[in-house]
Amino acid sequence: MRLARLALIWAALAAAICVPIAAAATSPLLEWRGSVYILAGFAGIVGLGLLLVQPLLAGGYLPGLSAYRGRLAHHWIGGALVVAVVVHVGGLWIMSPPDMIDALLFASPTPFSPFGVIAMWAIFAVALLAAFRRRLGLRTWRIAHMVLAAVIVVGSVVHGMLIEGAMETVSKAALCALVLGAAMKVMVDLVRRMRATSRGESVARR
Amino acid sequence: MTIVVLNRRNLIAAGGSVLATGVSGLLLPACAQGVAPTQSMSGGSNNYRKGAPIVDRIGKGGFWMSGTVRRAGDGAPLDGQRVQIWAHTTEGQEHEPQSHGATLTDKNGMFRLEIPQIIPIFGQPHGHLAYDSGEFKTVFLRPVMRSAKDKSLEAHFVLQPV
Repeated sequence: MRLARLALIWAALAAAICVPIAAAATSPLLEWRGSVYILAGFAGIVGLGLLLVQPLLAGGYLPGLSAYRGRLAHHWIGGALVVAVVVHVGGLWIMSPPDMIDALLFASPTPFSPFGVIAMWAIFAVALLAAFRRRLGLRTWRIAHMVLAAVIVVGSVVHGMLIEGAMETVSKAALCALVLGAAMKVMVDLVRRMRATSRGESVARR
Repeated sequence: MTIVVLNRRNLIAAGGSVLATGVSGLLLPACAQGVAPTQSMSGGSNNYRKGAPIVDRIGKGGFWMSGTVRRAGDGAPLDGQRVQIWAHTTEGQEHEPQSHGATLTDKNGMFRLEIPQIIPIFGQPHGHLAYDSGEFKTVFLRPVMRSAKDKSLEAHFVLQPV
C-alpha cells in the first residue's frame, strides 16, 4: 500500500512535467523553427518543470527520499535551473539578438519579457547566495531564498502563461498551477516551522 | 428633482466618462492641427534589412499584409511610398533575406503585399513594417495578430516630413 502510494506520487510528478514537454514536442510551430530556437524554447519548458520539483524537494514531500538526499537533489536541480536559463536566453540571443537585447534591457514590446528577465536574475541571485549561505546564517538565508523563490515562481509562471509558443495551453496552465501550488505550500509550511522554532527558542531561553 | 445614487458602479461609470471626455478634450487641440504622425513601435526595427527589393509577393504567399500611408497634418493619402515588410513565416525566419520584401502604395495611399503565413516567434505572432525612404521621418511598426490563425494583418502609417 505504501509502495503503491510512493509509485503514484512519483508517477504523477513525472506526468506533470513530461506531459507538457511531450505536448510541446508535437507543436506544429516546431516545423518552422531552427534547432537553436527549439533547444532554447525547450530549455525554458524544462526549467518550468524543474520549478515544480524544487519546492517538493525543499518541503520533503516526495516519498522515498531521505532529507539529506532531498536537499542534495534540490542543490543539483538548482544548478540545472541556472543551466536551463542560460541555454534559454543564450539560444534566443543567437536566434534573434535584437529581440533578446530588448528583453534584457526591459525595452521589449512583449509583455511577458520583463517577468522572465526578473525571474532569471532571481535564479542567478539564489545560486550566488547559495554559494555563500553558510556566511549568511540559516535564518537570513532562508528568508532571502524564500523571497527570491517567490519572485522566480511568480515571474516564471506569468512569463510562461503570456507566451504564445510551442507549449500546449492546457498542459501549460496545469503545470503552472502546480508550480504555484507547490511553492505556496512549502512557503506556508516553512514560515510555520520558523515561527514554531523561534517560539521554542524563546521558551527555552526562559 | 433627480436623486443621485452613489454606489461603486455609478462612481466607476462617472469616473470613466470623465476620463473619456477628459482625454478626448486633451486630444482635441491636436486634432485641430490635423492627423498626428505615427510613432515607431518598440522592437519594430528588429531584424530589419535595409533596401529589400520591391516584389509582387514574398515566397508562395497565402497571408495578406495591408495598410495605408498618409501625411501628418492633413491626412492626405501618399502615393508611391515604399513600405518594407518582413516576418517569421512558414518559409523563413525573420532575419533571412527571403522573408523580406517591399511594395508601393497606390493613389489612395493603400498598400497590400501577399506573404507566407506568419508564425508566432518570440512569444507573439507579429509582423514588421518599415517606411525608410528619406522623404519623411522613418517609422518602424510591429503589429501583433489577434490570433496566430489569422490570414491577414494591417498596419497604418502617418508620416511627417523630415
